[in-house]
Amino acid sequence: MTDATHTLDAGKAEAAAGTAALTGGTATGEVTLGLAHFKEANEQVRKALASADAVVVRDANAQRYLGCALPAGKSLDILGTPGNDLGCYLDGGAIVVHGNGQDQVGNTMNDGAIVVHGRIGDAAGYAMRGGTILVRGDCGWRAGIHMKEYAGKRPAIVIGGDAGAFLGEYMAGGVIVVGGTPGDYVGTGMHGGVIYLRHPLSAESIMDGLIQELVGDEDIPQLAALLAAYDEAFASEGPPLGGDPGSWYCLRAASARPYGGLYAH
Amino acid sequence: MDATTNCVLPRYRVVRDEAACTGCAQCVRSCANGVHRLRKDPDRIVINSRACVNCQRCVVFCPELALTIRPWPQVGTGSSTWTAEAMADIAKQAQTGAVLLSSMGTPAPYPIYWDHLLLNASQVTNPSIDPLREPMETRVFLGSRPEILKINERERRVVEPLPPQLKLDVPIMFSAMSFGSISLNAQKALALAATELGTFFNVGEGGMHCDLEPFADHAFAQVASGRFGVDAHYLNTAAAIEIKIGQGAKPGIGGHLPGEKINSEVSRTRMIPEGSDAISPAPHHDIYSIEDLRQLIFSIKEATGYRKPVAVKIAAVHNAAAIASGMARTGADIIVVDGFRGGTGAAPKRIRDAVGIPVELALAAIDQRLRDEGIRSMVSLVASGSIRNSADVVRAIALGADACSIGSAALIAMGCHQCRDCSSGRCNWGIATQRAALTARLRPEEAAERVVNLVRAWTAEIQEMMGGMGINAVDSLRGNRLMLRGVGLNEKELDILGVKYAGE
Ligand code: SF4
Ligand code: SF4
Repeated sequence: MTDATHTLDAGKAEAAAGTAALTGGTATGEVTLGLAHFKEANEQVRKALASADAVVVRDANAQRYLGCALPAGKSLDILGTPGNDLGCYLDGGAIVVHGNGQDQVGNTMNDGAIVVHGRIGDAAGYAMRGGTILVRGDCGWRAGIHMKEYAGKRPAIVIGGDAGAFLGEYMAGGVIVVGGTPGDYVGTGMHGGVIYLRHPLSAESIMDGLIQELVGDEDIPQLAALLAAYDEAFASEGPPLGGDPGSWYCLRAASARPYGGLYAH
Repeated sequence: MDATTNCVLPRYRVVRDEAACTGCAQCVRSCANGVHRLRKDPDRIVINSRACVNCQRCVVFCPELALTIRPWPQVGTGSSTWTAEAMADIAKQAQTGAVLLSSMGTPAPYPIYWDHLLLNASQVTNPSIDPLREPMETRVFLGSRPEILKINERERRVVEPLPPQLKLDVPIMFSAMSFGSISLNAQKALALAATELGTFFNVGEGGMHCDLEPFADHAFAQVASGRFGVDAHYLNTAAAIEIKIGQGAKPGIGGHLPGEKINSEVSRTRMIPEGSDAISPAPHHDIYSIEDLRQLIFSIKEATGYRKPVAVKIAAVHNAAAIASGMARTGADIIVVDGFRGGTGAAPKRIRDAVGIPVELALAAIDQRLRDEGIRSMVSLVASGSIRNSADVVRAIALGADACSIGSAALIAMGCHQCRDCSSGRCNWGIATQRAALTARLRPEEAAERVVNLVRAWTAEIQEMMGGMGINAVDSLRGNRLMLRGVGLNEKELDILGVKYAGE
């Protein structure tokens, strides 16, 4: 599965954590959101991004769509709690959240990196086709649902803690890494990509059409890279995820055509 | 007889008039289903009727008119319960254990309310208008209208910016048809026609092929549950964005574009790997409520700088009016309601034939509900799903639509003969196929010309019908149900449609 045309974006996530404004960017803008409506808040952020590549967003209070379609070369450092759809359609930009995220982090993201120093809500990375999401803690239901990979893009989500049910449902490509325990129905309808689990699923909770096994040699480079990215991003905040990637499990679809035999003409 | 014995009789019988046939073998070249085969020694063309889907390509292209397709002549059981089709469906499922797949709009004989609605014309008391001599406005705008329009009269300008509007020179657009379900040539034909006509086509849920980008000013970009090809560039390239919640032909379910149709071009446009199934989940997994719909609408508006109208398309279903009321309040600029007779590239047969309601009833109910709630002008309303001719367009507008979308009718203009075999990927007309040898049969410029001719002809007819009513603008026809009378309808139907009986 680690063919050369796919470049995992773990490096970008590290870069995101490294270049973000708080850790010392060059031209840095700053906005304070307080109780501003999302429309106004995003307007302010866009204005700040017009004159600075890195912007610190202070006092975020659940404003939606922060970092929507943020292009490459731009970054946001968010203090407080960003609202739903953080980094939707993210287009190469980098977002670091010093706190928790809400639902649909990285919805339909195309490229770039989101690093959350906390936990996040449901449906993270819905339909994402590129870039990386690193979450220090837990995530809600349906993370990585309908993730897909394409040409040079292979998206990745790393969840340090537990994941809710329906993780990687309909997954068509990409990589999900879970350090804690996933909920029920992992990978239902999965037909591409791989889910790496530190703790294997019990035999009866492996959904039809999926195969769970110990990671193979070909898995280790991409898993190790993601674990290293996680450990670097959250170095000072808790125990590392890394260690021996060879002791992890992987979950894959047996077929890229799960519904091939479902229909008759 | 084992489980795989094929008990299904052929549906059609291909008949060749041997006296007329010159043996030119045009039919052999026409049929991708391999019905006609050339046998050497002695030279003759043999027929495998079982493989025929009645697309009529060979019939149209036989230079001697030597071919006819007939129903398979086997007499039925005489039962109107156990028809040949009902038994064939059971046999197929007994053999395969599979869900029956079909295409295009339902052929089942449900009532077609269009045919029960008659149009008015002026006599004596107000003059009819001759569209050949007098201006007749067919232009319409789609988008949300502000509650109050503030105008600076001295400077002759609108004080506050209007929400984004789409200008249609004719009240007819082309329905969403994705690359994958139809060929790129068919999409190009629609793009060329929309540009020429001053209206819009819809790339469907499969992303926008780069060849269509020059026509993007006339394109709707669709966002469906699989989010294929959706990125900031896609959203910002199109003139408007349509969130697809449902489709008339298959309400409540998603879609599977089978792996064999995901060739390299389709893969590039959808941004998914070649050869793997493209699965659209049944719901959008970020929309479990009307509030969530609002969230997606505004994420698109944020991504496009509030410069593009956002449409939301639903299938006509039981509570369409209440749903539409919610949609209008979520910030949708355009509501598209697609009736259950609408076409599709592939749908489970049972769903196509049993789920949803006629667009006529849904449209009338939605328009009435939005008026009753005083929010009709917050959204534009587009009706689609079985618009067959210009009179259907006039009826739909009189029932409350701002514009109509046509899908099947546009494909028929390009050559589609409604064989309903689209899901096989062997469309002999080069429409519902990705096979290079078949798609090459459809030349975009020529197909576009046929579609343009169709819409121009309909527009002329619409102008004549409006003129006959003494109406000189589509805007004055919209929701003007006094221009309609019902025939052959019961009171409940008249009530829902909001029309009087003929003679009243
Ligand atoms: S499938 Fe079409 S082209 Fe082939 S024999 Fe039947 S009608 Fe003719
Ligand atoms: S598009 Fe082609 S396959 Fe589909 S109904 Fe029309 S002629 Fe048949």
